[in-house]
Order: sequence, then structure tokens, then C-alpha cells
Amino acid sequence: MITRSLRRIFRKLLYGFYMKIAITSTGNNLKSNVDSRFGRCAYFVIYDTVSQVTEFIPNPNLNVNEGAGPSSVQLVAKHKVSKVFSGEFGGKVKSLFDSLNIQMVVIKENKTIEEIIEMQNL
Amino acid sequence: MKVAIASGKGGTGKTLLSVHLFDNLMQSGEQVVLVDCDAEEPNDMIFFDGKLIDEAEVLQQTPIIDTDKCTFCGKCHEYCNYNAIFYLPPASMIHVIDELCHGCGACNVACKFGAITERPLSLGVVRNYQIRPNARIVESRIKVGVMTPVPLIKAGLKQIRNEPFVLLDSPPGTSCPFIHTILDADYVILITEPTPFGLSDLKQSVETLKTVGKAYGVIINKAGIGDSNIYDYLKNENIELLMEIPFDKEIAYHYSKGELLTEYNPKLQSDLNNLLNNIHKKYGTSNN
Repeated sequence: MITRSLRRIFRKLLYGFYMKIAITSTGNNLKSNVDSRFGRCAYFVIYDTVSQVTEFIPNPNLNVNEGAGPSSVQLVAKHKVSKVFSGEFGGKVKSLFDSLNIQMVVIKENKTIEEIIEMQNL
Repeated sequence: MKVAIASGKGGTGKTLLSVHLFDNLMQSGEQVVLVDCDAEEPNDMIFFDGKLIDEAEVLQQTPIIDTDKCTFCGKCHEYCNYNAIFYLPPASMIHVIDELCHGCGACNVACKFGAITERPLSLGVVRNYQIRPNARIVESRIKVGVMTPVPLIKAGLKQIRNEPFVLLDSPPGTSCPFIHTILDADYVILITEPTPFGLSDLKQSVETLKTVGKAYGVIINKAGIGDSNIYDYLKNENIELLMEIPFDKEIAYHYSKGELLTEYNPKLQSDLNNLLNNIHKKYGTSNN
């Protein structure tokens, strides 16, 4: 318990309030798989590694004709995440994330949201 | 008379038919122009030698946002129907994603602070080739990465003068590029193949043409493969079957080398001749 809370305090000092991550998800619970598409994923999961709060946001850009990628970048960037996990990132998205200093993590194997979150809490 | 050659499914023979109809009219001395509207992969010119008579770039006015004048009010972002304005006020980021812009100018209307100016961006080129004194090919060619070929198709169609015969080689599918190609046509030839994909996409083309209100007929290419469902469909829907082109290795062989079949396949030539005559008799009375 003590080490855990120490670790949390350390993390808070290190990252301030910005240690949030976004994960693209196929469903709205922790057992769902990571969605292989970024811009047109079903849900975005915003996870705060400090407070350990998870939020599921249905993707409003799922059915737009064009520009789902950049619109989704705007969505996750508004949540001040510093990392994004997804199966794939399209061409227009990469340069936007780079200029926003948000790290893209490509998840190729089938992983659940829970597993990604656990990876963050090591 | 304007005849569009179209199909829902790709690879069913639009270009094959277009170049042979064109060649047929050219050989018989008619004034003819073929517009290659398949701007994403125009290949009618593979089959002909011609002199490039002119070439014009197609430009689109694309906005640039001056971040010094911008107040981050978000109006332009809100007006944009194509998600082309990347807008992130917390990071003080706003810019236009050129690939997504359709050049409609709505953002310019929205901006009350004079932060938006426009500059021309190239979408591709329209080329004019003289094949014979009586025959021309207009080719619309999109630039790689441009989202929609529609402005190029429109620019290509503007190159039509007053030729009595206009052939339009349409892009595949039933969306905007197809619709803009056929909009001015007097008659649409739908070419398809007797396969489930061919039938499914033919149905979509037919539905679209019914909505637009165009006269049309169907040619079945690669006849002999697939199944007979397409024939039943045509019969039930009372759609005219204009002709059939058999599935023939010889056609594929010469065509793949970029050769016309004129000398190898006299039957195809006479069939096309009859087809043109029939269409001309029924639909050739329009003002051009």
C-alpha cells in the first residue's frame, strides 16, 4: 500500500496533471478490444493514470464522410492526453499528433482495454 | 449527341467500349470528342497517338488562416462541412487541412476578423489531344492525394465544343464523379458483367439513373462467365440489353497490350456500329 501511494505521488510529481492516455475501443467496457481504427473507432477511452478514472466516449466522428481522423485528434487532444493507443493511425493524423507532442502507440495484437490500462500501471 | 459510358463495378469494360466507340466514329469521319472523365486513372490515351494541343491546370481556392488575426472564435470550424479546419483552442492551434478542403469558401464567409485569405491550389490537369482533324480526346487527370475528382471532371466537360458526337468515359461507381459525368448526357450505356458483383452494382447504377431521369441501356461484357441472374433482372425490369461482348481471351490479350481490337474483331466493330446507329436514331435529336 505504501509503495503504491508513493509511486502515485512520484508519478504526480513527474507528470503533473497531464498523464492521461486515450485508447480506441470497440465497446464501452474494460473487456472490449482495442479498436484497430483510430478516426472511426467505436469509443474513445480516456484513462487518467493518476486518479485511475476511466471515461468512455462514443466517437462522434464514426460516420462522418470525411476528416474523421483530424476530428478525432481534436477530440482526444481536448482531453489533454499524452499518449494514444490504437491499431492504426492514418496519414493526416500522424503529423497532427506530432505537432501536439502526443505519442502514438500502435497496438497490433488483440488486446483488451483492461490490458492496456494494466500496462500503464506497472 | 452525348453518350456516357458507365458502370457501377470497375473493370467491366467502360474504357474498352469508350475507345472502340470513339475509334468507330473517328474512322467514319464524324466530328467526335471523347472525354476521359475517369480522372483517377485516365487511360483512354493509351490506345491513341495524338498531339497535345493544350493543357490547363485545375485550381481550387484554398483558405489560409492568419493566426495573428484569428481570435479562435471557432466560426470557420463550425461552418466547414468537411472537417477541413483543425481547431484546437487550448493549444492555440488552427489550420486548414488542404486535402480535406472542397474550396466552398464557407469559412471565408464565416470569418469576421479577416483572418482568412485564399490561395489557388492545383488539383490536377485537363489535357486536350488532337487524334485526327475530326477527333479529339480530353483527359482529366487528378493529382495524387486530391480527395475528389469532381472539379476535374467539370473542367474536362467544359472542353466540349460543338461536336455532334460526344463520348463520356465515366469513372466507376454511382457517387458524385459518376453523376457529374452523366448529368448532361442524352443517353447512358451501362456496361457490366454477368457476375453477382456486376449485377449488384448494375442495380445501384439503374436506381441512380432512374432518380436522375436518364435514358439508358445495358451491355453485358464477358458474356459466358458467371450466371444468368443478370438476364433475369434485365427482363423483369424491362431494361434494354443493347449487346453482348463475349468473354474472349483474344480481346483480353490485345487490350492488355494497349491495342484496339478493330482489326482483330470485325464482329465487335459491326456490333458497335449498329449500336451507335440505333442510339443516334432514338436519342440523337438533341441540340448538339
